[in-house]
Amino acid sequence: MSNVPSELKYTATHEWVRKEADGTCFVGITEHAQELLGDMVFVELPEVEDEVAAGDDVAVCESVKAASDIYSPISGVIVAVNEDLEGTPEQVNNDPFGDGWIFQIKPSEPEELDDLLSAEDYANTLDED
Amino acid sequence: MPQKTVLFDKHLASNAKMVDFYGWEMPINYGSQIEEHHAVRQDAGMFDVSHMTIVDLKGARVRDFLRFLLANDVAKLKTPGKALYTAMCTPEAGVIDDLIVYYLADDWFRLVVNSATREKDLAWINKQADAFNVAVSERPELSMIAVQGPEAKAKAATVFSDEQNTMVDGMKPFFGVQAGDLFIATTGYTGEAGYEIVVPEAQAEDLWQKLLDAGVRPCGLGARDTLRLEAGMNLYGQDMDETVSPLAANMGWTVALEPSDRDFIGRAVLETQKAEGTEELVGLLLETKGVLRAGMAVKVKATDGSEHTGITTSGTFSPTLSQGIALARIPSVEVAEVEVEMRKKWVTVKLVPPVFVRNGKPVV
Repeated sequence: MSNVPSELKYTATHEWVRKEADGTCFVGITEHAQELLGDMVFVELPEVEDEVAAGDDVAVCESVKAASDIYSPISGVIVAVNEDLEGTPEQVNNDPFGDGWIFQIKPSEPEELDDLLSAEDYANTLDED
Repeated sequence: MPQKTVLFDKHLASNAKMVDFYGWEMPINYGSQIEEHHAVRQDAGMFDVSHMTIVDLKGARVRDFLRFLLANDVAKLKTPGKALYTAMCTPEAGVIDDLIVYYLADDWFRLVVNSATREKDLAWINKQADAFNVAVSERPELSMIAVQGPEAKAKAATVFSDEQNTMVDGMKPFFGVQAGDLFIATTGYTGEAGYEIVVPEAQAEDLWQKLLDAGVRPCGLGARDTLRLEAGMNLYGQDMDETVSPLAANMGWTVALEPSDRDFIGRAVLETQKAEGTEELVGLLLETKGVLRAGMAVKVKATDGSEHTGITTSGTFSPTLSQGIALARIPSVEVAEVEVEMRKKWVTVKLVPPVFVRNGKPVV
């Protein structure tokens, strides 16, 4: 059974969101998602300062098995991207909820966070798979 | 309910992720298929290939039978133990399967065929064998472990008996020898040195454990696919099948049209195709970021300005080259430029011979 940290919010498309004290959010893919994809070989990152809407495909995780679009869970402006992943995409496999983060976003509509899945609800979607 | 090999529990003990592979529950990886890939290129890895089908053929006319059944000519096999790679074709020269045939004795040959094609292979072989009075027996009680990599032979030697080591010492590629309970062959599907070891089912777990203790890393089907693709080896069902001629699948070197008086299944069509030309299987190398995948559309611009289409038959990320690589079937033209459609974009790729890595070294 995959690890699903309780302090994070989730999407049905297997992204996680971690809200910081300054109001920005880190986004990555879940442990379950990286397990499904297998060894990561490229991560295509968004551009800093891009304005994105919730549900936009903003990044691509390409593994030995498949290329998978990464959707922004919320609307906002990209304020940072994890450039380490360009050299070491395996960080997404090794530490999906930590060093494997993909981008940091400043929400333009913070209330969208309330629409995301709780850890419990996300874990339930995995049970149904 | 998928079948399990006798090594199933061993896979789970090494934290394998199991998948259904044509009706067999097999390990896809034991954590990281890229690390497993590198282990085979740089050290030693092992694969459970017990799902593959071993077929023994016995009879006074077995050589005549195989000279008729197979596109390659077993008359080339003059020393007991020598093996060759070949296609088994339909009369229309489609590939029923690719296989390795071992010459064990004048009345005894052994085939190792794909598991995904087991039923149709056995049906076809049995049908053709009748006229030659050859007995066809599957050997499901035999397991098979492939040990591959630059250190594979040295590590396997620590597991073999003195007698077995004496028997395999100096054995050239594509040979097999029955050494005690093991049939040890210098064959493989990775482009590295090593052995494929046929072992009685009851001893397979013990052999696996000894190899594990000798420092041989268990590797799954994921690494097996990237290794064989880097080595430019075909995968049946992907790079060729019954709709494809071996001449269009980079297997022309295995089609023995000489001697011209040897009658074999598919010969007439192969002769015509050889004279008229066929499509060809080429290598593609992606020089930008990304991964080539099977089934991508290919556009070929010829030097005369004409445009043609093709398709990638296998594609992956090459862990050795850190680049996307693919095999593609394209028309036989003077190529000026090749493009592949990747995620709705056309990307220029480099045309290369269909082999990317051999013995740990890039060759493109």
